[in-house]
Amino acid sequence: MSLLTTLARLEAVRSGRAEPLATVRHRHLSDRPMVVVPLTAAGEAGAPLAVMLGTDRDAPRLHLVPQPLNRTLRFDFLAELAADLLPYLESFAEDVEQIEGSEKDPETGEKTQVFRELCADAPQLIVPNGAGVRHLALLGRSTRFRRTVEDDEPGPYPAPVRVPLLGRWLTHLTDRAQVPGTSLLLSMTGLLARHWATGQSHLEDQHLAARLAWHAPPRGLTGAEAAERAESARDDRGQLLHPPAGPATDPRFDEFVLAPAIARYDAATAALQHGVEQRDEAAAERARAAVRTAVEELREVLTAVLLPTWRDVWHGLDLLRTLPPAGHLAERWTGDRWSYTGHRDRLAAGEPPQPRQDDAVTAARKLAQREREQARLDVQEALDDPLAMAGHRLAGEAFSGVVTEVVPDYDTTGRSPKPRPLVTLRTADRPHADLGREAHRVRSEAEGGPAAQKAEIAAVDPAGGTITLRMLSGMGRKKEPEPGSLPEPGDLVTFTLFELTVRQSAPLPEPDDTPWTHGGPPGAAPVPAPSVSEEWE
Amino acid sequence: MAEMSTEQAPGAAADAAVARILAATVHPPAGAPRGVVVDSPPGAGKSTLVVRAARELVGAGERLMIVAQTNGQVDDLVGRLAEKAPELTIGRLHAADSRPGPEVLKHANVTLSDKVADLVEHDVVVSTSAKWQWVRAEAPWRHAIVDEAYQMRSDALLAVARLFERALFVGDPGQLDPFTVVGTEQWAGLSYDPSSSAVVTMLAHNPQIEPHRLPVSWRLPASAAPLISRAFYPYTPFRSGTGPDDRRLTAAVRPDGSALDAAIDRAAEHGWALLELPARHTVRTDPQAVAAVAATVRRLLERGLTARSEQGEAPLTADRIAVGTAHRDQAAAVRAALLTAGVPVDQAAGPAVTVDTANRLQGREYDVTVVLHPLSGRPDATAFHLETGRLCVLASRHRHACIVVARAGIGELLDEHPSTEPVQLGVPVTFPDGWEANHQVLDHLTEHRIRLR
Repeated sequence: MSLLTTLARLEAVRSGRAEPLATVRHRHLSDRPMVVVPLTAAGEAGAPLAVMLGTDRDAPRLHLVPQPLNRTLRFDFLAELAADLLPYLESFAEDVEQIEGSEKDPETGEKTQVFRELCADAPQLIVPNGAGVRHLALLGRSTRFRRTVEDDEPGPYPAPVRVPLLGRWLTHLTDRAQVPGTSLLLSMTGLLARHWATGQSHLEDQHLAARLAWHAPPRGLTGAEAAERAESARDDRGQLLHPPAGPATDPRFDEFVLAPAIARYDAATAALQHGVEQRDEAAAERARAAVRTAVEELREVLTAVLLPTWRDVWHGLDLLRTLPPAGHLAERWTGDRWSYTGHRDRLAAGEPPQPRQDDAVTAARKLAQREREQARLDVQEALDDPLAMAGHRLAGEAFSGVVTEVVPDYDTTGRSPKPRPLVTLRTADRPHADLGREAHRVRSEAEGGPAAQKAEIAAVDPAGGTITLRMLSGMGRKKEPEPGSLPEPGDLVTFTLFELTVRQSAPLPEPDDTPWTHGGPPGAAPVPAPSVSEEWE
Repeated sequence: MAEMSTEQAPGAAADAAVARILAATVHPPAGAPRGVVVDSPPGAGKSTLVVRAARELVGAGERLMIVAQTNGQVDDLVGRLAEKAPELTIGRLHAADSRPGPEVLKHANVTLSDKVADLVEHDVVVSTSAKWQWVRAEAPWRHAIVDEAYQMRSDALLAVARLFERALFVGDPGQLDPFTVVGTEQWAGLSYDPSSSAVVTMLAHNPQIEPHRLPVSWRLPASAAPLISRAFYPYTPFRSGTGPDDRRLTAAVRPDGSALDAAIDRAAEHGWALLELPARHTVRTDPQAVAAVAATVRRLLERGLTARSEQGEAPLTADRIAVGTAHRDQAAAVRAALLTAGVPVDQAAGPAVTVDTANRLQGREYDVTVVLHPLSGRPDATAFHLETGRLCVLASRHRHACIVVARAGIGELLDEHPSTEPVQLGVPVTFPDGWEANHQVLDHLTEHRIRLR
């Protein structure tokens, strides 16, 4: 945690309200996000209980598993979810733009012009918290290898046809969510934590309602008091006034509300089965009505615990939309669009589902990508947001000041002299500016854009509060610097001690060339899921 | 465990271990695994081993590539190779934008280039693993030496392993593990987890390889080796190559009665001192602790200490002293305080005190170290601050004495924060954990405590 975030948290403790950590919004928000609030059943990892989802805050849709231990009902639920979610995910696949690029012909080595499709927009899923992302990942893992009646050997329990496809999409989205700065799947607590600090611990910040309580505490309450109320206030039946954002439910809800409702459902289905076996049509009819009533009752209680969180997520989106978008959002969202387009193409090409585990090369590639994107995100946030840059300045990794003097100087060691002017600026910042250290000038679009202009620290006078830099690049090829390429006395300039461009990752071998140190090439075909014997219903 | 018997002199035990390693590297028996691993505790002659292995491999008619992890390590290694093995032709492969310093150029048998094609004919080519990853060589080397291999990440080895057939991996398993700033939980438990250490991955895929180890630390004095061995290498013990009377630190100036001088005298006599400030929660760059570190260093220089050892007698000059911290901002604060106190800290301007973080002090050696304890003044003990390797690096850089500066209350802090890292399936539990090692070291330091009021 940086010093600036610590200060913001301390301020939040004092003011009793959330304090800003950003002046702009650092994540892309879709015009039509799909809000997904999942719930799990206690007792079995990743067992779905219900999900509330939709793109319209006034029209949430609920899907549920009336008996979470029943695998058939679970797959009915997943089929419903697939029927609801897949049309949204697929609705972005048609509208494409053509991106021009060049490709080397593998035989002649000549570059030829090629066009690639890029989807104009991409889906965006918003879940309440990080545990929601992990739950979707579990659903993806448990469904993408399932066989359906369309497979050659469907097995004894074929899954509904679209369920494996849902699993592949969920796997893609949750995997992409691991890449820093991406926006295909976001958690609301993560979004809020990036933009505002509260006066409570990071652990407490995972509770969406408690976190939001800091943003608008009711009159007369501090953020901390409002958060505590959101976390623990219960009604006279012992139920939380504000149920947790899931996916786990409150144990007292499980015990006193959910379990009895499921028991009534079980009793009704047992009665129905008995009636059918006894060929007692009247009893069966009564039992069918009882089943419908029991399901309806489950819908009611689950809607009641999901709606507060549903509203919280939309409320969080409202808060985030009050911030202007950051400058580099479009660039990063383009990366998300490529990711979406790539997955669309892999599905269309009939490729197999993502393997259960990455092979050595894929894992290394993903790690390299995530590190690259983290570095890019850090730089872009600093360039987009003075408050993010202030964090770096406070840490001694950047400094801002007013130029007091620009002295022309030249490097005459080469054939023709090159400009190496000295720029002195006055600053109150205390950077870790050792002599000779490389510095990078931050330039706005008007000043030549993000193209790097390098300099090195030539003199530091902490007492006088001045730093002198020798400019090394970005001044053109002539003896005199290009007009406008240098700051002038009176200009406010910022330099960073970290690079403003992200280095490429080193090449890795193809998976088939995995060396002996890493176990050699991975086995040819992915091993089919072992048939673990488990109780199905 | 013949090499641990006290009957055998340390020199003989070490020689026997080195001979076995060289035989396995230079003349591997038919069907032997492609890798040789050497675990080396701090200061056990790892660098000497690398030089000898390089000479013998070249003597056997091989060309050789050497992979180190940082430019500093590569330059050190090239300098040592050039000096100890003048008959070798050495290529120093460097990145296009970072030409090595002038020390490397002074050797006649060293050639610099940023293109591997200029260097392939040399006996030995040395570079960082980051640079090797970009090399596209048509004719790979048969032999490689990977130095500081426990610091190298598995994904870096994945990228360079195509360049050689056989490799000698040398490193210190007790130092800091490689790290990353992004989440890697999804690969935890995989044998090739890209964020784990290169040696761990290589051993997991080549279980027939039995690591060798160097049994004697030539750096650590008799006062430090038993503690470091017990706390950080409980299952692979080592001992010091020198006896209790072989190293002496004497001061020309008598103590002035201050706590600082008492700590210096304590450290001179016993090899350790704990300079303890009153308990308090502080910011990371605790001004009082930083001032105490700087004042201790200044007094060390003012008191005209002389270091006597098996290598002879030398005055304790600024370049023989290092200050170790956990964080970069702490190092920066200490450097600023030393500048104010008139102590040289700029290496370019002559002999100067080294002030750096544990990560950057790995593999370095000094006569006396002053350490700002990673847990000093903290309200919590995070995994970062409890990491075994961090304390191990800080407590094992010295040939004579180590002075630890800390706020009181670290023992209680440790007791309030047992390690709570989640247990991942398939990830071997590492012993000792940082919590236990911290307690061991603290327990020993408490015997040499000087309170600073």
